[in-house]
Amino acid sequence: MKRRNFLAAMGAAFVAGCSKIGDSELFGSVVDTAESWHRGIHRALGMGRITMAPEFTRADISPFFRGNGSTNVETPEYAEALAGGFAQWQLAVTGLVDNPLSLSMDDIRALPQRTQITRHDCVEGWSAIGEWTGPQLSAILDMAGVEDGANFAIFHCADKLSGADYYESCDMDDARHPQTIVAHLLNGERLPVINGAPLRMRIERQLGYKHPKYLTGIELVSSLEQVGDGKGGYWEDRAGYQWYAGI
Amino acid sequence: MANPNKPKKRHALSTRIWHWVNVLSVSILFMSGLNISNAHPRLYWGDWGFAAEQAWLSVPRFPGWATIPGYYSLASARDWHVVFAWVFALGLLVFMIRAVMNGHFRRDLFTRLADWKPSAIWHDIRQHLKLNFDHGAGKFNFLQKATYGAVIFILLPLMIFTGLVMSPGAEAALPWLAELLGGRQSARSIHFLCAFGLFGFFVVHVVLVLLSNPIKQLHEMITGGEHDEAA
Repeated sequence: MKRRNFLAAMGAAFVAGCSKIGDSELFGSVVDTAESWHRGIHRALGMGRITMAPEFTRADISPFFRGNGSTNVETPEYAEALAGGFAQWQLAVTGLVDNPLSLSMDDIRALPQRTQITRHDCVEGWSAIGEWTGPQLSAILDMAGVEDGANFAIFHCADKLSGADYYESCDMDDARHPQTIVAHLLNGERLPVINGAPLRMRIERQLGYKHPKYLTGIELVSSLEQVGDGKGGYWEDRAGYQWYAGI
Repeated sequence: MANPNKPKKRHALSTRIWHWVNVLSVSILFMSGLNISNAHPRLYWGDWGFAAEQAWLSVPRFPGWATIPGYYSLASARDWHVVFAWVFALGLLVFMIRAVMNGHFRRDLFTRLADWKPSAIWHDIRQHLKLNFDHGAGKFNFLQKATYGAVIFILLPLMIFTGLVMSPGAEAALPWLAELLGGRQSARSIHFLCAFGLFGFFVVHVVLVLLSNPIKQLHEMITGGEHDEAA
């Protein structure tokens, strides 16, 4: 019995020690290093080619596409926009660009479109497959003319979670990736509200929280520090999720 | 016949370092993995799955004393997991290279066809159940070779490959690996099953050490011990 108490105490001390180390600054920098090694090896494994998220067939599409996080935007403005079919919705492209843009839904639908059937992986562990359609972000960036010194794209959203604005970001590698699209259709239909109507980013080589919904703006910046709490996204700021969510 | 390559120590330095690094890294990976499992405690086969009706297993919720950190935090558990994944994967790689170079695999782990006779295996099992661990020449008996072999060449590599496939960034670089493992949700299920396979190995391993002169065994795994002919 004594030995069992000793083992239980050892186990509890180990868990408590780990929990404490986990909160330290040193461990934070070790995590950042491990994260950037993972990102480095994911890109290096591509051996110089652009790595592509697997694409599926129509037969693979899940019967329902689960919504998670925000599944609605609780503002009168959004309710009005939804009732009006998002006819007045504008996507602003701002920051380090030569020509700031304000694109209507018609402008977005008039651009060359990419359709891709991809798997959405939530950080929690579940996956769903859907067919997404929209212009490539690279086409929009080319229209706006990205200035030198822009290192990240910030995605601003209409939704709030627990009172804070949702936003996300990615590096220019992912921003210009061929599968990075501004989706307005899911399975050939306009985006349902739970999946981010009217516009949602698809950044297919990363987990679900990097695919912001209810998109209102794309801002090109040199550093993540000037936005939100500076860690590059809502979950990164609020709960310490990794900025690189390709793991 | 005298073997010029015969090691002086019962356990090579690389084996001992790897053993104790694994005690730490595999414990942390397993316990942070239980915390991650709590985020979505259901398992599926195939590429996708998100609801109870698609699941083949509803996993029980793991209590705080068994998880790292000791409270539910998916973000923090993932931090521990992605850091120690490096320690674990690089450790296995270095150990495997050393074990090929110093002959550990060939000398101690590889079995011969004759070892696989059911009567010989049954004999080994009976001796184990009688807690008789004396066996003939060679460091390990057949059951040990088969178990260590399955852990080192099947379970541990599968943990790494299924873990890689669950990372969308790695999967984009290695799409064939995801297909080979039956899709992301299958890989997640295999990851979970192998983790509990390793936990089962850990329990049996510790029990057998406790039953067979634990002080001597622990001492040997730290200092290396003597290499005796009949052990």
